[in-house]
Amino acid sequence: CRGEDAGRDFNERCAQCSEVNWGLTDGGRFYCRSCHNVTERSREVVNTDFITNSRVQTISKGSRKQEKKDGGCEWYICEGFQLVLKKQVEALEALGVCPQMKDEILCNFWRCYLQKSKQAYCERPAGETVKALSVCESSTDVDSDPERPSLLHLLSLSESEGALQTDCSFASSVSKVSESTSVCSGSVDGSLYLMKNQKEKLRMTMPMTLSFCYMALLWVREPITLSELLRFVVEGHIPYLNVFEHFPENMRLCGLDLKIFCVESWPVYEEVFNKMHELAAFLDLPRFPDITESCFLHPDMLCMKYLMEANLPDELHNWTCRVVKKTGIGEVDFLTLMPGNKSTRKVKYDVLAAAVIIVVLKLLFLLDDRYEWLLSGIAEERNKNNTEGGPYFEFKKWYEVVKHSLDVEQKKLDEERAKYLWRCEKPLFYSVKNKSKVLKRRLFWYLILLYLFQNQFGKLSGSVQRAEKPNPSSFQLSWSEENTDGSCFHGHSLKGILQEKHGLLTAMNPDYWLCTVKLCNEKLCGHLAHYREVEFPQSYHFVLGLFSFLLRIQPSYIHDEVCMIEHKLFNKKLSKKIKYNRVLRK
Amino acid sequence: MDSFLEEEDGEAAAGKRKRSPVAQAALQPPLHLPFLRPQPVSSNEHKLNFRKSKEACLSYIQDALLQKQWKRAAEFLTCYVESLEKDYSREHIGPSEVIWRIGTEIFYHSQSSMKEFNYFMEQMKTLGVKRYLKVCLEHIFHLLCNGQIDEAYQNLSLAESWRFGEQTAIQDKEMKLIQAYRGLLDYYSWSKQKNILLEHGEDGFSDLAVEQEMHGYFRKAAVSLKEIIKIPGVWDIFVKCYVDLLEFYGDHNEAHQVLNEYAYNSKFPANPNAHVYLYQFLKRQGESKKTLISALKILHDIVPSHELMIDFNTMLQKSKKRKKRRMGLEVIFAALDYAGWKENAKAWSCLARQVKQIVISGKHLDWIKQEWSSRKDWWPAFHFSRYLAKRNWQENKSLSYEKALVAGVLLGKDCKYFKYVSHQGCKAQLKRFRMLKKFVNRHNPVYLRISGPPDSSVQP
Repeated sequence: CRGEDAGRDFNERCAQCSEVNWGLTDGGRFYCRSCHNVTERSREVVNTDFITNSRVQTISKGSRKQEKKDGGCEWYICEGFQLVLKKQVEALEALGVCPQMKDEILCNFWRCYLQKSKQAYCERPAGETVKALSVCESSTDVDSDPERPSLLHLLSLSESEGALQTDCSFASSVSKVSESTSVCSGSVDGSLYLMKNQKEKLRMTMPMTLSFCYMALLWVREPITLSELLRFVVEGHIPYLNVFEHFPENMRLCGLDLKIFCVESWPVYEEVFNKMHELAAFLDLPRFPDITESCFLHPDMLCMKYLMEANLPDELHNWTCRVVKKTGIGEVDFLTLMPGNKSTRKVKYDVLAAAVIIVVLKLLFLLDDRYEWLLSGIAEERNKNNTEGGPYFEFKKWYEVVKHSLDVEQKKLDEERAKYLWRCEKPLFYSVKNKSKVLKRRLFWYLILLYLFQNQFGKLSGSVQRAEKPNPSSFQLSWSEENTDGSCFHGHSLKGILQEKHGLLTAMNPDYWLCTVKLCNEKLCGHLAHYREVEFPQSYHFVLGLFSFLLRIQPSYIHDEVCMIEHKLFNKKLSKKIKYNRVLRK
Repeated sequence: MDSFLEEEDGEAAAGKRKRSPVAQAALQPPLHLPFLRPQPVSSNEHKLNFRKSKEACLSYIQDALLQKQWKRAAEFLTCYVESLEKDYSREHIGPSEVIWRIGTEIFYHSQSSMKEFNYFMEQMKTLGVKRYLKVCLEHIFHLLCNGQIDEAYQNLSLAESWRFGEQTAIQDKEMKLIQAYRGLLDYYSWSKQKNILLEHGEDGFSDLAVEQEMHGYFRKAAVSLKEIIKIPGVWDIFVKCYVDLLEFYGDHNEAHQVLNEYAYNSKFPANPNAHVYLYQFLKRQGESKKTLISALKILHDIVPSHELMIDFNTMLQKSKKRKKRRMGLEVIFAALDYAGWKENAKAWSCLARQVKQIVISGKHLDWIKQEWSSRKDWWPAFHFSRYLAKRNWQENKSLSYEKALVAGVLLGKDCKYFKYVSHQGCKAQLKRFRMLKKFVNRHNPVYLRISGPPDSSVQP
């Protein structure tokens, strides 16, 4: 079991074989590794090590069954999640986040969660009252018990969180019904976990593990945005989809556990984001550390990153900063998370920064499918005569270069998604009787086809993706000024589209169009605005699409944010107009 | 009276409704509003999950197959394998079927070695009970295409002895097919032995063992072939072989019966070959013209462009009966409606001969007129253009001769085709072309009668 090292500080001789070679059982007791004698002594010190089982030490009455018949040990769902979190935070550490995050931040969040949800660190843990409902043993009379929902019902539960979609698909087609009635869970409380309506308690789900990670990252103000975190998950740098691969041998996953831990879809930005906020409120966390101008998550910083990634001129940064200042979205109070404060809007740092850039592009180029091309033509003319200094920025050229790369990358991404292998190679246990017949068959077939086709065609690309993960990168598109083919626009000048007015450089473009005149109520309809592609200029759609690709979220979410910034920017003018209209109506 | 009463009733009801809408409403059941589902969160629609990923994978496979990118298809197919775990039998075509079909296609087109293909097929047989026999058959076809007759035979025998639970109707039919193919291979062995015997027979030397073996093959083949052709279907190869066997052993009655059944049983799908086989059999048997004509008549109804129509026309032309001769003209005209016959000198000579005969005799010009009336607006462009005249002249002089004759009669001496060909023929000083010119010039008035409006002046 776990806690191998912990056995070292127990120095008494074994009563049976007088060896000093102690290990720690899951029950927190010492056992002799030589003769497997288990002592009555248990570890009393609360271990600060995150790895060891906090639940066991606080709630287990020490009478935990050591091993089940099939060699698996007893474990609880929350222990599973704890392991998942541990693996995830270790992966984040490997990516270079600060080492304190694991033990000081995430660990405390998790403990706090266990306590608040009454799973551990409390007088009477919730699970204890109905403890050890071992479905395996009582599976025969489950259906006849009117008090308990049937397992069939459990299996068909649809998870509102959306992540626990692993339905009874693990049952083979031949004998589905008989299998689902004999379904069981390897964990002690798997069935209970799915059965209980834990609305008030914020039930743990797989996407929630990422919410935990994001919350910790935000707390230590690490330079990782949520979109990046999720991309790392999808690229396999952070364990998520097949995280149970990392569970120890004797933590058997079967039946209902799979419904909880085996994820069949990629995490969704909105879901992880919202859960994080719910979680922060649930844990009664204080105000998060301030997001100041020097923080990576501050829009000025993020804009710089995204300008580079979108291959836009560095000069635009000047403009994004001005928009940020004018709209007040760079203020500490606006940016810093205050859990439970319902009056402030929750900030999606990455989406916000992308939206600022889009607003700036609209300010300078209008993006109405006409004016930007007109400006581009002028810049092209000037570039012909321009010999000194950096070239003028040509929208058309930029569009062509970026569009090309974007198309190539998008195609690559789509193919990768289609080729994605969702399953780990480690056999799962569906039920004791029918050990992973289906899954073995799948693996078997994969290998057979791979073998045959490789004989046929030589090495196949894409089929070995697991072995060679690309290194994590915070940039998906990269443009280097060293390239002489002129595909990098970072050093291009905006002079062509600016004019001097009273000693200040202003945009030549005199107009602006609002994406929407009136914002929706986000709390009621879920969106600030509604994006329909056909109703907007192509250029605008292209820019949205570009950032949608970079952040891997739907264009409509960026559009919402653009609308929000516009309304802050044109607040005064808008309210004047409304007043004027009212006067007219009277 | 009744209707009047009803009307009054209706009016009364309407009156009541007007008077007391509340009472009326009370009669109707209250409207129960359906439960409003929470609006779906739009992000979930775009969520990539297992299912969507595999669907996308499948469409990439299909694209690759259409573009013959076998390697690319193979790459995606290996990734598609994961969807096997969602293989529910209730789906129309489940993943295992997809893998089987596409995998076979890839192996087939990429000229894989038989070793790999055999291995793939053997594995596929284990993937689904319901598909076992189908996979076997597919495997056997592949072996046969590669000339591995013995392996195919082995596989057939194995499949034949396969049993799983209660046989369904479909399985029963598939099993019959397996047996039939085994029978076919028995026939193949039989015919090999037969050839050996015939060769030996020429040397005046007989081999009893070979003969016995041959009869053994005959019995095995006959039994299974007989079974399959009882089931309605298209069994050309089986029927042919079975008839061959029967004929060899002199069982002509049985052969005739089988062919008759195959051609005329309405439960069988319409099949031109059935009539062809019957005709060929009857011809071999030396049956009367009348019988032969009636066999071909049906073939003409099904496939007017069949190659046997020339035989049919020849037979009909020779007939003494006016009605049959007329039908002959119809048949040859109809055949030439098809592009496949356009450059068939034989067909054109049949038509030319019959047309010439009619023109010379001066009788039955109305037959030509009637056939021509539905064709005169498209045949000139289809058959008798100047371009075709040039090409036919260059490629096939006798074809152009026959066509020119027909064109001259049908369209007159000024028609492009006739003019070009006869001019070229005279220039080349070919006698028969000069004769042709004379013939057409002499009979030019015929053309006016043929292409004119229907009138009573044309005598039957």
